[in-house]
Amino acid sequence: MSKLLKEEIISVEKATEGIYRMTVASDYISANAEPGQFVNIKCCEGVQTLLRRPVSICSTDRAKGRYDLYFQVKGAGTKILAGKKSGDFIDILGPLGRSFDLDIGYRRIAVVGGGIGIFPLLFLLNESKAVVKRSYLGFRSSGYIVLQEEFRQKSNSLEIATDDGSYGMKGFVTDMLERDILSEEFDMIYACGPTPMLKKVTEIAKKHNVRCQISLEQRMGCGFGACLTCACETRTEEGGSQFVRVCADGPVFNSEDVIFQ
Amino acid sequence: MSNIDLSVDICGIKMKNPVIAASGTFGFGREHAGYVDLNRIGGISVKGLTLEPRAGNKPPRVAETPAGMLNSVGLQNPGVRSFIREEIPFLRQYSTAIIANIAGNTTEEYCEMAEILSDADIDAVELNVSCPNVKAGCVAFGNTPQGIAEITSLVRKYCNKPLIVKLTPNVTSIADIAKAAEDAGADALSLINTLLGMAIDIETRRPILANNTGGLSGPAVKPVAVRMVYEVCQTVKIPVIGMGGIFSGKDAVEFMLAGASAVMVGTACLVYPDACIKVCEGIEEYMRRHGFERTADITGKLVLNT
Ligand SMILES: Cc1cc2nc3c(=O)[nH]c(=O)nc-3n(C[C@H](O)[C@H](O)[C@H](O)COP(=O)(O)OP(=O)(O)OC[C@H]3O[C@@H](n4cnc5c(N)ncnc54)[C@H](O)[C@@H]3O)c2cc1C
Ligand SMILES: Cc1cc2nc3c(=O)[nH]c(=O)nc-3n(C[C@H](O)[C@H](O)[C@H](O)COP(=O)(O)O)c2cc1C
Ligand code: FES
Repeated sequence: MSKLLKEEIISVEKATEGIYRMTVASDYISANAEPGQFVNIKCCEGVQTLLRRPVSICSTDRAKGRYDLYFQVKGAGTKILAGKKSGDFIDILGPLGRSFDLDIGYRRIAVVGGGIGIFPLLFLLNESKAVVKRSYLGFRSSGYIVLQEEFRQKSNSLEIATDDGSYGMKGFVTDMLERDILSEEFDMIYACGPTPMLKKVTEIAKKHNVRCQISLEQRMGCGFGACLTCACETRTEEGGSQFVRVCADGPVFNSEDVIFQ
Repeated sequence: MSNIDLSVDICGIKMKNPVIAASGTFGFGREHAGYVDLNRIGGISVKGLTLEPRAGNKPPRVAETPAGMLNSVGLQNPGVRSFIREEIPFLRQYSTAIIANIAGNTTEEYCEMAEILSDADIDAVELNVSCPNVKAGCVAFGNTPQGIAEITSLVRKYCNKPLIVKLTPNVTSIADIAKAAEDAGADALSLINTLLGMAIDIETRRPILANNTGGLSGPAVKPVAVRMVYEVCQTVKIPVIGMGGIFSGKDAVEFMLAGASAVMVGTACLVYPDACIKVCEGIEEYMRRHGFERTADITGKLVLNT
């Protein structure tokens, strides 16, 4: 269950160019959050940024009662967040949304992340009991790479692709998944990133008949299921389609249910 | 010792306080119930209902704009029968007024819904003749005095509940529309619905909303809404429910001074799940500070500059 909370910021630090890590003290969220869930943040009091901003939970430290968010400075809201100081309080709604399914039956897993979509996947790796965990991450170029060490530690292997070839493989992260999918015999693929990437991962998973869960992004009015603005089109059991809520019915979906626009 | 009485009776709708959650921003109360005690909210106007279920528009359906937001949900809802079956029993666990907000494509649809709802356990019907996000019907009725008179008088025949007519601000003279609704048998009016707007992503040269246009709400619309409530209250005798950008008790008091008997809180409910309660506390604080004992004492107490 999510709660409306005022929590203290422990630190805000630059992680790489344009990306910040914020550590927040919260016994409630660190104890209750599950991988794939997000928090919805009121970046400032008043109307400068009116709506809350959704940010995925990247890791939790239950013992210390704190959790980490990583966010890219994109517009006014994330800019305000980047300027927050240790000791400031923020107005947070969370944890929100449907989490990844980490069934213990999934023994061999692949996590596929692109850009700012990698953050919830680190939390997933922390919590997953899978025996083999392979990470495939894609970034625009070397300057955008974050959390490389953490992903390396939490998985059996990590491979990085960059669009411009400035680090790792030149090309798309999905090329690496396609290369390995036959030999690795994955039980589950978890993916989060830009829509074209998710679309490609979905196709690959379908072609090879591997289960796949994807985490979607959509513009949100409330983040807790009340306004129906965050629509995503999914297949119904009767063979039709319907709009469901990314914030409450997602953000994690079975890839085969999603109808890409 | 407090002797402040916040309760209101608006055309027979009895509420413990004058703060109502606005349609489309509170679902059917289920999500907000996780954050606030619905018993403390005067009433809930539920998500706009149609005769048959509606899928709504393509996403993106929301764009933030300066001090406001555009939405183009397009009346996604499970249909009036499902509402009666699945949602009323849930809402009735709480002591809060239930207002069924209805929208149709044709006068026949409006009348059929009103008839179905006459047997339902609700406190009032709110006629949404002003949704800017659906193509056919709906908004067309609310645009002219003739249109609103026609739909109001027809629905009136089928509706045995208090009938609130919700007005669109996207008209030249809202007072004329209000008068036509009153003359045609409306028991109360609510205003304003959203203002038709557009936001463009200049990098892609496309509107942010998939629907291209959407309805503007939030603090940005408040001065327009207050002015319209004032004009309407000068023109009609039936009670008026004011809304548009209310985030605090102070905002609500502005509407009440302008003549509103109650208020609805929309966008604020999305940002702050407990917004209705905060607004209510703010009204009470204002009343205490100014020595008002009953909510009705504030209504219309505006002193115009001469
Ligand atoms: C479930 C979910 C999880 C997310 N997790 C992260 C994360 O862990 N790290 C991270 O850096 N970003 C994440 N995002 C994206 C992040 O929410 C946006 O970058 C942020 O809202 C931008 O706000 P802004 O004011 O800085 O930018 P602006 O562009 O000024 O924002 C304007 C409006 O558009 C919305 N918006 C803009 N971009 C997006 C987007 N990509 N998705 C949804 N709404 C958007 C904003 O919320 C705001 O309402 C996530 C988005 C979703 C939906
Ligand atoms: C996401 C959203 C959905 C809405 N859906 C409806 C609706 O179904 N029926 C209706 O009459 N008004 C609807 N409205 C309009 C509100 O009820 C209200 O009239 C308007 O938002 C102005 O108030 P506010 O500024 O407090 O939000 C909707 C508004 C929003 C923001
Ligand atoms: S953002 Fe309001 S329902 Fe998802």
